[in-house]
Amino acid sequence: MIRHHLSDALLTGYSAGTLPEAFSLLVATHVSLCDECRARLAALDAVGGALLDRQEAVPMAEGALSATLARISGTAPEARPAAPAPGLFPEPLRAYVGGDAGAVRWRPVGGGVRQAILPTAAGASARLLYIPGGTAVPDHGHRGTELTLVLQGAFRDETDRFARGDVETADEALEHTPIAEAGDPCICLAVTDAPLRFNGLIPRLLQPFLKI
Amino acid sequence: MTIDDDAARHCAQMLAVARHADQTAFAALFAHFAPRLKAFLMKSGATAAQAEDCAQDVMATVWRKAGQFDPERASVATWIFTIARNRRIDLLRRDRRPEPEDLPWGPEPEPDQADALALQQDSQRLGEALAQLPEEQRALIERAYFGDLSHSEIAAATGLPLGTIKSRIRLALEKLRQKLT
Repeated sequence: MIRHHLSDALLTGYSAGTLPEAFSLLVATHVSLCDECRARLAALDAVGGALLDRQEAVPMAEGALSATLARISGTAPEARPAAPAPGLFPEPLRAYVGGDAGAVRWRPVGGGVRQAILPTAAGASARLLYIPGGTAVPDHGHRGTELTLVLQGAFRDETDRFARGDVETADEALEHTPIAEAGDPCICLAVTDAPLRFNGLIPRLLQPFLKI
Repeated sequence: MTIDDDAARHCAQMLAVARHADQTAFAALFAHFAPRLKAFLMKSGATAAQAEDCAQDVMATVWRKAGQFDPERASVATWIFTIARNRRIDLLRRDRRPEPEDLPWGPEPEPDQADALALQQDSQRLGEALAQLPEEQRALIERAYFGDLSHSEIAAATGLPLGTIKSRIRLALEKLRQKLT
Protein backbone atom coordinates (compact mmCIF):
# COMPACT_ATOMS: atom_id res chain seq x y z
CA MET A 1 0.00 0.00 0.00
CA ILE A 2 1.68 3.19 -1.21
CA ARG A 3 1.22 6.10 1.21
CA HIS A 4 3.55 8.76 -0.11
CA HIS A 5 2.73 9.99 -3.61
CA LEU A 6 4.05 12.48 -6.17
CA SER A 7 3.17 16.16 -5.77
CA ASP A 8 0.77 17.88 -8.18
CA ALA A 9 3.61 20.11 -9.36
CA LEU A 10 5.77 17.12 -10.32
CA LEU A 11 2.96 15.28 -12.08
CA THR A 12 1.97 18.44 -13.94
CA GLY A 13 5.56 19.00 -15.04
CA TYR A 14 5.78 15.41 -16.20
CA SER A 15 2.48 15.69 -18.07
CA ALA A 16 3.62 18.89 -19.75
CA GLY A 17 6.98 17.32 -20.59
CA THR A 18 9.10 19.96 -18.85
CA LEU A 19 10.87 17.99 -16.10
CA PRO A 20 14.59 17.23 -16.24
CA GLU A 21 15.24 13.66 -17.40
CA ALA A 22 16.22 12.35 -13.93
CA PHE A 23 12.92 13.56 -12.44
CA SER A 24 10.98 12.07 -15.37
CA LEU A 25 12.67 8.75 -14.66
CA LEU A 26 11.52 8.81 -11.04
CA VAL A 27 7.97 9.84 -11.98
CA ALA A 28 7.71 7.10 -14.65
CA THR A 29 9.02 4.52 -12.18
CA HIS A 30 6.59 5.54 -9.44
CA VAL A 31 3.61 5.70 -11.83
CA SER A 32 4.47 2.16 -12.98
CA LEU A 33 3.91 1.05 -9.37
CA CYS A 34 1.04 3.36 -8.40
CA ASP A 35 -2.39 3.37 -10.06
CA GLU A 36 -3.48 6.37 -8.00
CA CYS A 37 -0.77 8.54 -9.55
CA ARG A 38 -1.34 6.91 -12.97
CA ALA A 39 -4.94 8.12 -12.80
CA ARG A 40 -3.91 11.60 -11.58
CA LEU A 41 -1.43 11.81 -14.44
CA ALA A 42 -4.09 10.76 -16.95
CA ALA A 43 -6.36 13.55 -15.67
CA LEU A 44 -3.54 16.08 -16.12
CA ASP A 45 -2.85 14.72 -19.60
CA ALA A 46 -6.53 15.42 -20.30
CA VAL A 47 -5.81 19.13 -19.73
CA GLY A 48 -3.18 18.94 -22.48
CA GLY A 49 -5.70 17.15 -24.67
CA ALA A 50 -8.37 19.79 -24.09
CA LEU A 51 -5.87 22.56 -24.90
CA LEU A 52 -4.83 20.79 -28.10
CA ASP A 53 -8.43 20.24 -29.13
CA ARG A 54 -9.20 23.94 -28.79
CA GLN A 55 -6.23 25.30 -30.70
CA GLU A 56 -6.87 27.71 -33.49
CA ALA A 57 -6.01 25.52 -36.50
CA VAL A 58 -2.88 26.42 -38.50
CA PRO A 59 -3.43 25.07 -42.03
CA MET A 60 -1.21 22.16 -43.03
CA ALA A 61 0.79 22.33 -46.27
CA GLU A 62 -0.78 21.28 -49.54
CA GLY A 63 -0.67 17.51 -49.83
CA ALA A 64 0.10 16.94 -46.12
CA LEU A 65 -2.40 14.11 -45.83
CA SER A 66 -0.98 12.25 -48.85
CA ALA A 67 2.55 12.80 -47.52
CA THR A 68 1.49 11.29 -44.20
CA LEU A 69 -0.30 8.41 -45.90
CA ALA A 70 2.93 7.79 -47.82
CA ARG A 71 4.82 7.64 -44.51
CA ILE A 72 2.50 4.95 -43.24
CA SER A 73 1.95 3.13 -46.50
CA GLY A 74 2.33 -0.58 -46.10
CA THR A 75 2.34 -0.42 -42.28
CA ALA A 76 -0.61 -1.89 -40.48
CA PRO A 77 -1.37 -0.55 -37.02
CA GLU A 78 1.05 -2.11 -34.51
CA ALA A 79 -0.14 -4.64 -31.98
CA ARG A 80 0.04 -3.65 -28.33
CA PRO A 81 3.43 -4.31 -26.82
CA ALA A 82 3.72 -7.38 -24.63
CA ALA A 83 3.49 -6.90 -20.89
CA PRO A 84 6.92 -6.33 -19.32
CA ALA A 85 8.40 -9.22 -17.37
CA PRO A 86 7.74 -8.91 -13.64
CA GLY A 87 10.73 -7.77 -11.62
CA LEU A 88 11.90 -5.61 -8.77
CA PHE A 89 12.53 -2.62 -11.03
CA PRO A 90 9.71 -1.32 -13.26
CA GLU A 91 10.47 -1.19 -16.99
CA PRO A 92 11.52 2.49 -17.27
CA LEU A 93 14.18 1.98 -14.60
CA ARG A 94 15.37 -1.28 -16.15
CA ALA A 95 15.98 0.61 -19.38
CA TYR A 96 18.52 2.84 -17.54
CA VAL A 97 20.15 0.03 -15.57
CA GLY A 98 20.33 -2.36 -18.52
CA GLY A 99 18.38 -4.99 -16.59
CA ASP A 100 16.75 -5.64 -13.24
CA ALA A 101 18.34 -5.24 -9.79
CA GLY A 102 20.95 -7.93 -10.53
CA ALA A 103 22.42 -5.85 -13.35
CA VAL A 104 23.26 -2.77 -11.22
CA ARG A 105 26.98 -1.94 -11.07
CA TRP A 106 27.21 -0.86 -7.45
CA ARG A 107 30.10 1.14 -6.01
CA PRO A 108 30.73 1.25 -2.26
CA VAL A 109 30.47 4.71 -0.70
CA GLY A 110 31.27 3.75 2.92
CA GLY A 111 29.39 2.24 5.84
CA GLY A 112 28.15 -0.65 3.72
CA VAL A 113 26.14 1.80 1.59
CA ARG A 114 26.49 1.42 -2.20
CA GLN A 115 25.37 3.57 -5.07
CA ALA A 116 25.14 3.53 -8.84
CA ILE A 117 24.82 6.77 -10.79
CA LEU A 118 22.46 6.51 -13.77
CA PRO A 119 23.15 8.35 -17.01
CA THR A 120 20.71 11.27 -17.41
CA ALA A 121 20.87 14.68 -19.05
CA ALA A 122 22.42 17.65 -17.23
CA GLY A 123 20.27 19.67 -14.85
CA ALA A 124 19.48 16.88 -12.41
CA SER A 125 21.01 13.57 -11.46
CA ALA A 126 19.71 10.11 -10.63
CA ARG A 127 21.30 7.31 -8.65
CA LEU A 128 20.37 4.04 -7.07
CA LEU A 129 21.18 3.58 -3.40
CA TYR A 130 21.70 0.28 -1.58
CA ILE A 131 21.48 0.57 2.18
CA PRO A 132 21.97 -2.59 4.28
CA GLY A 133 19.18 -3.26 6.79
CA GLY A 134 19.67 -1.26 9.99
CA THR A 135 22.17 1.14 8.42
CA ALA A 136 21.88 4.93 8.42
CA VAL A 137 22.62 7.16 5.45
CA PRO A 138 24.85 10.03 6.64
CA ASP A 139 22.89 12.96 8.04
CA HIS A 140 22.40 15.39 5.21
CA GLY A 141 20.57 18.48 4.15
CA HIS A 142 19.63 19.49 0.62
CA ARG A 143 20.43 22.43 -1.56
CA GLY A 144 17.70 21.72 -4.07
CA THR A 145 14.90 19.20 -4.28
CA GLU A 146 15.65 15.54 -3.62
CA LEU A 147 13.13 12.78 -4.28
CA THR A 148 13.67 9.26 -3.00
CA LEU A 149 11.59 6.35 -4.29
CA VAL A 150 11.82 3.06 -2.39
CA LEU A 151 12.06 -0.07 -4.55
CA GLN A 152 12.91 -2.70 -1.94
CA GLY A 153 12.88 -2.79 1.87
CA ALA A 154 11.95 0.34 3.79
CA PHE A 155 13.52 3.29 5.56
CA ARG A 156 12.47 5.65 8.31
CA ASP A 157 13.53 9.16 9.06
CA GLU A 158 12.39 11.99 11.31
CA THR A 159 9.24 12.41 9.22
CA ASP A 160 7.79 8.94 8.53
CA ARG A 161 8.27 5.40 7.20
CA PHE A 162 8.79 4.77 3.48
CA ALA A 163 8.35 1.37 1.80
CA ARG A 164 8.19 0.07 -1.80
CA GLY A 165 6.57 2.63 -4.08
CA ASP A 166 6.66 5.46 -1.53
CA VAL A 167 8.30 8.75 -2.53
CA GLU A 168 9.91 11.09 -0.04
CA THR A 169 10.20 14.69 -1.18
CA ALA A 170 12.96 16.58 0.61
CA ASP A 171 13.69 20.24 0.10
CA GLU A 172 16.16 22.67 1.59
CA ALA A 173 14.28 22.78 4.88
CA LEU A 174 14.67 19.07 5.63
CA GLU A 175 17.73 17.81 7.49
CA HIS A 176 17.22 14.12 7.98
CA THR A 177 18.92 10.83 8.78
CA PRO A 178 17.23 8.04 6.87
CA ILE A 179 17.75 4.60 8.46
CA ALA A 180 17.03 1.39 6.58
CA GLU A 181 14.77 -0.96 8.53
CA ALA A 182 16.24 -4.22 9.74
CA GLY A 183 15.82 -7.04 7.24
CA ASP A 184 16.21 -6.76 3.46
CA PRO A 185 18.59 -4.10 2.21
CA CYS A 186 16.76 -0.94 1.24
CA ILE A 187 17.14 -0.09 -2.46
CA CYS A 188 16.03 3.39 -3.55
CA LEU A 189 16.07 5.58 -6.62
CA ALA A 190 17.15 9.08 -5.59
CA VAL A 191 17.07 12.12 -7.86
CA THR A 192 18.17 15.65 -7.11
CA ASP A 193 18.60 18.92 -8.94
CA ALA A 194 21.51 20.02 -6.72
CA PRO A 195 24.55 18.38 -5.11
CA LEU A 196 23.88 16.70 -1.77
CA ARG A 197 25.37 18.37 1.29
CA PHE A 198 26.61 16.07 4.01
CA ASN A 199 27.03 17.31 7.57
CA GLY A 200 29.68 14.88 8.88
CA LEU A 201 33.32 15.66 8.00
CA ILE A 202 34.20 12.36 6.38
CA PRO A 203 31.14 12.15 4.17
CA ARG A 204 31.83 15.73 3.08
CA LEU A 205 35.33 14.72 1.99
CA LEU A 206 33.91 11.76 0.18
CA GLN A 207 31.42 13.88 -1.65
CA PRO A 208 33.54 14.73 -4.70
CA PHE A 209 33.86 11.01 -5.35
CA LEU A 210 30.12 10.49 -5.12
CA LYS A 211 29.68 12.88 -8.03
CA ILE A 212 26.31 14.08 -6.82
CA MET B 1 -22.70 19.87 -34.67
CA THR B 2 -21.70 20.25 -31.04
CA ILE B 3 -18.21 19.58 -29.79
CA ASP B 4 -19.73 16.82 -27.67
CA ASP B 5 -20.59 14.99 -30.88
CA ASP B 6 -17.04 15.64 -32.10
CA ALA B 7 -15.44 13.81 -29.16
CA ALA B 8 -17.64 10.74 -29.59
CA ARG B 9 -17.10 10.78 -33.35
CA HIS B 10 -13.33 11.05 -33.00
CA CYS B 11 -13.45 8.11 -30.62
CA ALA B 12 -15.40 6.00 -33.14
CA GLN B 13 -13.00 7.05 -35.93
CA MET B 14 -9.99 6.12 -33.81
CA LEU B 15 -11.44 2.68 -33.08
CA ALA B 16 -12.13 2.21 -36.82
CA VAL B 17 -8.45 2.92 -37.53
CA ALA B 18 -7.40 0.52 -34.78
CA ARG B 19 -9.68 -2.33 -35.82
CA HIS B 20 -10.01 -2.00 -39.60
CA ALA B 21 -7.06 0.20 -40.66
CA ASP B 22 -9.80 2.54 -41.95
CA GLN B 23 -8.16 5.26 -44.09
CA THR B 24 -11.31 7.38 -44.41
CA ALA B 25 -11.60 7.60 -40.63
CA PHE B 26 -7.89 8.43 -40.47
CA ALA B 27 -8.32 11.24 -43.02
CA ALA B 28 -11.09 12.73 -40.88
CA LEU B 29 -8.90 12.61 -37.76
CA PHE B 30 -6.06 14.16 -39.75
CA ALA B 31 -8.27 17.03 -40.91
CA HIS B 32 -9.18 17.87 -37.32
CA PHE B 33 -5.96 17.21 -35.42
CA ALA B 34 -3.04 17.90 -37.78
CA PRO B 35 -3.67 21.69 -38.00
CA ARG B 36 -4.13 21.84 -34.21
CA LEU B 37 -0.92 19.88 -33.67
CA LYS B 38 0.86 22.32 -35.94
CA ALA B 39 -0.47 25.23 -33.86
CA PHE B 40 0.58 23.53 -30.61
CA LEU B 41 4.09 22.81 -31.90
CA MET B 42 4.56 26.36 -33.18
CA LYS B 43 3.52 27.72 -29.78
CA SER B 44 6.15 25.43 -28.27
CA GLY B 45 8.89 27.12 -30.27
CA ALA B 46 9.04 25.01 -33.44
CA THR B 47 9.34 26.73 -36.81
CA ALA B 48 6.42 26.33 -39.24
CA ALA B 49 8.44 23.79 -41.26
CA GLN B 50 9.41 21.78 -38.16
CA ALA B 51 5.83 21.90 -36.89
CA GLU B 52 4.48 20.72 -40.25
CA ASP B 53 6.91 17.80 -40.35
CA CYS B 54 6.37 16.92 -36.70
CA ALA B 55 2.55 17.08 -37.01
CA GLN B 56 2.74 14.63 -39.93
CA ASP B 57 5.03 12.42 -37.91
CA VAL B 58 2.65 12.48 -34.92
CA MET B 59 -0.28 11.57 -37.16
CA ALA B 60 1.75 8.69 -38.65
CA THR B 61 2.38 7.50 -35.09
CA VAL B 62 -1.36 7.79 -34.37
CA TRP B 63 -1.90 5.35 -37.24
CA ARG B 64 0.80 2.92 -36.15
CA LYS B 65 -0.13 2.92 -32.46
CA ALA B 66 -3.89 3.02 -32.95
CA GLY B 67 -4.19 -0.33 -31.19
CA GLN B 68 -2.92 1.25 -28.00
CA PHE B 69 -5.72 3.80 -27.81
CA ASP B 70 -7.95 2.94 -24.86
CA PRO B 71 -11.23 4.94 -24.79
CA GLU B 72 -11.77 4.07 -21.13
CA ARG B 73 -8.61 5.93 -20.19
CA ALA B 74 -8.27 8.84 -22.62
CA SER B 75 -10.10 10.93 -25.18
CA VAL B 76 -8.60 10.95 -28.67
CA ALA B 77 -7.40 14.52 -28.10
CA THR B 78 -5.66 13.50 -24.88
CA TRP B 79 -4.04 10.47 -26.45
CA ILE B 80 -2.77 12.50 -29.41
CA PHE B 81 -1.52 15.18 -27.01
CA THR B 82 0.65 12.60 -25.22
CA ILE B 83 2.21 11.45 -28.50
CA ALA B 84 2.84 15.05 -29.59
CA ARG B 85 4.35 15.99 -26.23
CA ASN B 86 6.88 13.17 -26.54
CA ARG B 87 7.76 14.09 -30.11
CA ARG B 88 8.14 17.71 -29.08
CA ILE B 89 10.69 16.69 -26.44
CA ASP B 90 12.64 14.75 -29.08
CA LEU B 91 12.43 17.69 -31.45
CA LEU B 92 13.23 20.61 -29.15
CA ARG B 93 15.08 19.21 -26.17
CA ARG B 94 16.57 15.90 -27.27
CA ASP B 95 16.26 14.62 -23.70
CA ARG B 96 14.81 11.25 -23.03
CA ARG B 97 11.49 11.16 -21.27
CA PRO B 98 11.03 7.75 -19.67
CA GLU B 99 7.47 6.43 -19.88
CA PRO B 100 5.61 4.35 -17.29
CA GLU B 101 5.17 0.67 -17.98
CA ASP B 102 2.27 -0.15 -20.23
CA LEU B 103 -0.57 -1.85 -18.51
CA PRO B 104 -1.19 -5.23 -20.08
CA TRP B 105 -4.47 -5.75 -21.89
CA GLY B 106 -7.23 -7.42 -19.98
CA PRO B 107 -8.63 -10.59 -21.51
CA GLU B 108 -11.72 -8.68 -22.68
CA PRO B 109 -10.98 -7.21 -26.12
CA GLU B 110 -13.86 -4.70 -26.25
CA PRO B 111 -13.80 -1.62 -24.05
CA ASP B 112 -16.88 -1.09 -21.89
CA GLN B 113 -18.98 1.26 -24.03
CA ALA B 114 -20.69 3.04 -21.15
CA ASP B 115 -17.42 3.67 -19.32
CA ALA B 116 -15.72 4.84 -22.49
CA LEU B 117 -18.60 7.21 -23.27
CA ALA B 118 -18.58 8.60 -19.72
CA LEU B 119 -14.87 9.37 -19.98
CA GLN B 120 -15.32 11.07 -23.36
CA GLN B 121 -18.08 13.22 -21.80
CA ASP B 122 -15.88 14.09 -18.80
CA SER B 123 -13.14 15.16 -21.20
CA GLN B 124 -15.70 17.26 -23.00
CA ARG B 125 -16.71 18.99 -19.77
CA LEU B 126 -13.05 19.59 -19.00
CA GLY B 127 -12.65 21.36 -22.34
CA GLU B 128 -15.69 23.53 -21.60
CA ALA B 129 -14.43 24.38 -18.12
CA LEU B 130 -11.08 25.32 -19.62
CA ALA B 131 -12.79 27.64 -22.08
CA GLN B 132 -14.63 29.33 -19.22
CA LEU B 133 -11.55 30.09 -17.13
CA PRO B 134 -10.46 33.72 -16.90
CA GLU B 135 -8.23 34.47 -19.89
CA GLU B 136 -5.16 35.08 -17.74
CA GLN B 137 -5.40 31.71 -16.00
CA ARG B 138 -6.04 29.83 -19.21
CA ALA B 139 -3.02 31.50 -20.81
CA LEU B 140 -0.85 30.38 -17.87
CA ILE B 141 -2.02 26.78 -18.16
CA GLU B 142 -1.41 26.88 -21.89
CA ARG B 143 2.11 28.20 -21.37
CA ALA B 144 2.76 25.45 -18.82
CA TYR B 145 1.71 22.74 -21.29
CA PHE B 146 2.82 24.21 -24.59
CA GLY B 147 5.61 26.57 -23.65
CA ASP B 148 8.76 25.55 -21.89
CA LEU B 149 8.16 26.71 -18.34
CA SER B 150 10.33 25.15 -15.70
CA HIS B 151 8.37 22.93 -13.38
CA SER B 152 8.51 25.42 -10.53
CA GLU B 153 6.54 27.84 -12.70
CA ILE B 154 3.84 25.36 -13.65
CA ALA B 155 0.40 26.80 -13.06
CA ALA B 156 -1.89 24.81 -10.84
CA ALA B 157 -4.82 23.62 -12.91
CA THR B 158 -7.25 24.79 -10.26
CA GLY B 159 -10.88 25.31 -11.12
CA LEU B 160 -10.89 22.43 -13.60
CA PRO B 161 -12.98 19.29 -13.01
CA LEU B 162 -10.03 16.90 -12.84
CA GLY B 163 -11.34 14.91 -9.87
CA THR B 164 -14.10 13.18 -11.83
CA ILE B 165 -11.72 12.17 -14.62
CA LYS B 166 -9.18 10.89 -12.11
CA SER B 167 -11.81 8.83 -10.27
CA ARG B 168 -13.16 7.35 -13.48
CA ILE B 169 -9.71 6.34 -14.73
CA ARG B 170 -8.90 4.96 -11.29
CA LEU B 171 -11.96 2.69 -11.54
CA ALA B 172 -10.97 1.61 -15.06
CA LEU B 173 -7.52 0.67 -13.76
CA GLU B 174 -9.01 -1.29 -10.86
CA LYS B 175 -11.26 -3.17 -13.26
CA LEU B 176 -8.27 -3.96 -15.46
CA ARG B 177 -6.22 -5.21 -12.50
CA GLN B 178 -9.10 -7.43 -11.36
CA LYS B 179 -9.37 -8.99 -14.81
CA LEU B 180 -5.67 -9.75 -14.75
CA THR B 181 -5.68 -11.62 -11.45
